[in-house]
Amino acid sequence: MIEITEVPSPFCGIGTDDLNIQVDGLSLTVKSHGCAVNTPAFELPISDTQPRVDGQIVSLETAVAKAANILRDVRQPLFGGCATDVAGMRALLALADRIGAVVDNTAFNNARRNMLALQDTGWMNTTLAELKNRCDVLLIVGTDLEGFAPRFFERYLWNEESMHLGNTNSREIIYLGKSPSGTASTSPSGRQATILPCADADLPEVMAALSALLKGRKLQAQTIAGLAISDLQSILDKLKAANYGVICWGAAALAFEHAELTVQAICSVVKDINNQEVRCSGFPLGGREGDQTANQVCGWTTGYPARVSFARGFPEYDPFLFETQLLLNNKEADALLWVQAFNVNPPPSTEIPCIVLGRSGMKFNKEPQVFIPIGTPGIDHAGHAYRLDNVVAIRLKKLRDSGLPSTAQVLSAIEQILQVSTC
Amino acid sequence: MLIKLTGGAIYDPANGIAGQQQDIYIQNGRIIDRPAGDLPVDQEYDLKGKVVMSGAIDLHTHIGGGKGNIARTLLPEDHRIDPVSRTVLTRSGSGHAMPSTFVTGYRYAEMGYTAAFEPAVLPINARQAHMEMADIPILDKGGYVLLGSDDFLLRMLTAKKDQKAINDYVAWILHSAKGIGIKVVNAGGISAFKFNQRKLDLDEKNSHYDVTPRQILHTLAKAVKELGLTHPLHVHGCNLGVPGNVETTLNTIEGIEGLPMHLTHIQFHSYGKEGDFKFSSGAAQIAEAINRNKNITADVGQVMFGQTVTASGDNMRQHYNHRYANPNKWVCMDIECDAGCGIVPFKYQNQNFVNALQWAIGLETFLLVNDPWRIFLTTDHPNGAPFMSYPHLIRLLMDKSFRNDMLATIHPEAQKMTTLASIDREYTLNEIAILTRAGAARIIGLQDRGALSPGNWADITVYTDNADRQAMFTKPDYVFKDGELVVKDGEVVQVKWGTTHIVRPDFDHSIEQDLLKYFNSFMTMKLGNFKISDDEITEDGRGSLTAHPLRGAVA
Repeated sequence: MIEITEVPSPFCGIGTDDLNIQVDGLSLTVKSHGCAVNTPAFELPISDTQPRVDGQIVSLETAVAKAANILRDVRQPLFGGCATDVAGMRALLALADRIGAVVDNTAFNNARRNMLALQDTGWMNTTLAELKNRCDVLLIVGTDLEGFAPRFFERYLWNEESMHLGNTNSREIIYLGKSPSGTASTSPSGRQATILPCADADLPEVMAALSALLKGRKLQAQTIAGLAISDLQSILDKLKAANYGVICWGAAALAFEHAELTVQAICSVVKDINNQEVRCSGFPLGGREGDQTANQVCGWTTGYPARVSFARGFPEYDPFLFETQLLLNNKEADALLWVQAFNVNPPPSTEIPCIVLGRSGMKFNKEPQVFIPIGTPGIDHAGHAYRLDNVVAIRLKKLRDSGLPSTAQVLSAIEQILQVSTC
Repeated sequence: MLIKLTGGAIYDPANGIAGQQQDIYIQNGRIIDRPAGDLPVDQEYDLKGKVVMSGAIDLHTHIGGGKGNIARTLLPEDHRIDPVSRTVLTRSGSGHAMPSTFVTGYRYAEMGYTAAFEPAVLPINARQAHMEMADIPILDKGGYVLLGSDDFLLRMLTAKKDQKAINDYVAWILHSAKGIGIKVVNAGGISAFKFNQRKLDLDEKNSHYDVTPRQILHTLAKAVKELGLTHPLHVHGCNLGVPGNVETTLNTIEGIEGLPMHLTHIQFHSYGKEGDFKFSSGAAQIAEAINRNKNITADVGQVMFGQTVTASGDNMRQHYNHRYANPNKWVCMDIECDAGCGIVPFKYQNQNFVNALQWAIGLETFLLVNDPWRIFLTTDHPNGAPFMSYPHLIRLLMDKSFRNDMLATIHPEAQKMTTLASIDREYTLNEIAILTRAGAARIIGLQDRGALSPGNWADITVYTDNADRQAMFTKPDYVFKDGELVVKDGEVVQVKWGTTHIVRPDFDHSIEQDLLKYFNSFMTMKLGNFKISDDEITEDGRGSLTAHPLRGAVA
């Protein structure tokens, strides 16, 4: 039995890397610095270690050969999930390029809200260390931050020391929209967050009102979505009085039509504050289970984020048309390769041939043609993953010898077979 | 495998060879002396009438790291106009201003380049820079690690830590981030922007730290020298793009007090404020200062007309420049108490007075700096223009009548504000070989590269001599990388993987005590998880590290 310290997590998105994990054979126990997201994800036991073809246990070689056979004869393969580490994404994109697949990260419908805003107007954002050392006013829009990342406040806001704040207890936390699910946002000295609740569906209107107020437009209404205009004005007053205000949002939580316009409104407010000679930054949440990793690797490999098609021999990006569920619904794909190295949630149900590279223990509504249990990056093998703040990649550690292959190993083996057979 | 390149005109400035006909022998990836006896030649290339140079080396090109990937993601429309299909040998991707990594490698190699260096590796983003560069085929690569606005250094300077402690930190960063040089971008200015300062002059203090840019530059230049790095401190100066910044740049040269310093994309720092539009060329003054100060080297950062995207660590200046964004979308980021970045698309237009004069200022600089060993050919890819414009730029330098034809097409007021028409100089092939090969290898500190000496790695480019220098440099006949033919007739014929060039200066490891406290208190990553291990570069089976000797040891 050994204990491994300073373990980075690919699960929570916020780059937690102070976990102490006890390793006893294949069993992991988070001894300290766990949370509701990371602890179960690390401790999930290994149940199956052997690949299956049509439900029958086979060797890895047989499963890989079967997967290659399926992919050799299809007209439009679809690679879904795409939840893995950097090396796994590299191998996935290499295979997709070779056989003309569509590549779609499972979280892209959430990320799309940010991508559309980014690709239309851009943004001014910050990263975790700046937030930890500078942020004196944090506005959280439409998101339960502690639900997203239980240790966010402890690690990045209620840190004892900070370089550029006298006392971190003095940070002002404001929720707009969703109310927090717990009390993590209350400072150690007891200072509570300001909560201005409204329905998610009202956020577009509320953000539009904030934008208008910031631009000095006069609003006739006294309330918007049940919120007093004076309260909205006071948010702006606080941001404009701040040394380093930050507006945080989680695209996944903005689950309403055309939420990209709300993201864009948030980003525009940030830019407008900076143009009024006050510093302010945006902070989008994300980065869980390989979503940021998929977009980054796909970004440098193809020029586009992780919803691309190689069907025409070169990458094409369409944030709508290449959506996994849409392609399945329209019967536009004739084989699904699903990669999910982080959790045991099953792939979408489909009638087309299905190859699953999944975390050990994955349960299926319908047994896929091929199931290959793969190692989890940061547990079964070393690797790299991106945090939510986009510029920081973390080095994931290998914690145990499970013998499970990595995503990259399996996909490269499949590509090897197809490469030889097409030469 | 013995390869013989027979009868080419050799341009090998490092060995004083300028166009003489000579044979070159290659064995096991390296150039060798003419073999004694009758060793059979396995492959012979008849190069009569051809021009032979080392593989070209780009010492300043943004090819790896977060800001480049943001630039890619920001501009899908720029990729859609330049799709790159998969072939039997090569991967698909996309091109134009900020190409995908595979396309970057192929296109550089197809122009005769065999090495390229990323000049702005943020320590916290170094992992990404190396991962992206690991997906650039064929080329060797390396990076300069960015310091100067990181809180750790600014705290050290404010606390008046001695030079030795600074040196230890700089060396530690080079080891941790795997760099071959040190870069400064708007010294202290990226930090100042986080404190809401919107400009920072050379002698202006950071509003929080008791430090000026001049002091940061001097301290880091001294650290680089005392650690023995061959590559001088690589400086993106203060006041980028500001009319009148020629004064800042001249002061920066004076302020470094004879220490080695490389001024990058100096074109963007050579602006006067004369004339009707309060914008004029400072190139003559800058060139004169470079000619006089032998400790100074510079690359130009030439602007070329057309759409591109600017990606810089200088978020202070990029935030100001967002008003010129075309298309009108842009990104700025503050990054990890380490640095920042700003990404602003630009469309340089020859009928825009400022853009036209920027173009002329760059060319004036090339032509007025006398010593070709101290000036380098760059567009600051993609900031002045994508690297694919190099052959056109070479023609502008080598062909006066072509240059004057182009000059006649730019904004008429800009024509009046440049001395370009009166400059007769035309670069020679030998001088081009210095700018793009021998000089670059020497200033970066690359051992065994950039010269065709026996014992060197055989990175060799062969061109057909052609009076149209743009055509000549667009499409080499052959490119050899480490002795293997990778490009024939301007197309990739073999894909291999280059090495990553680094330096590893000695340092006192007790610096980690202070760093450990700093990381535990303020950073968001453990110290041990911050440091990049060698196996992160090599574990994919393609990457390798090549550590170069320190100053004085490079032949």
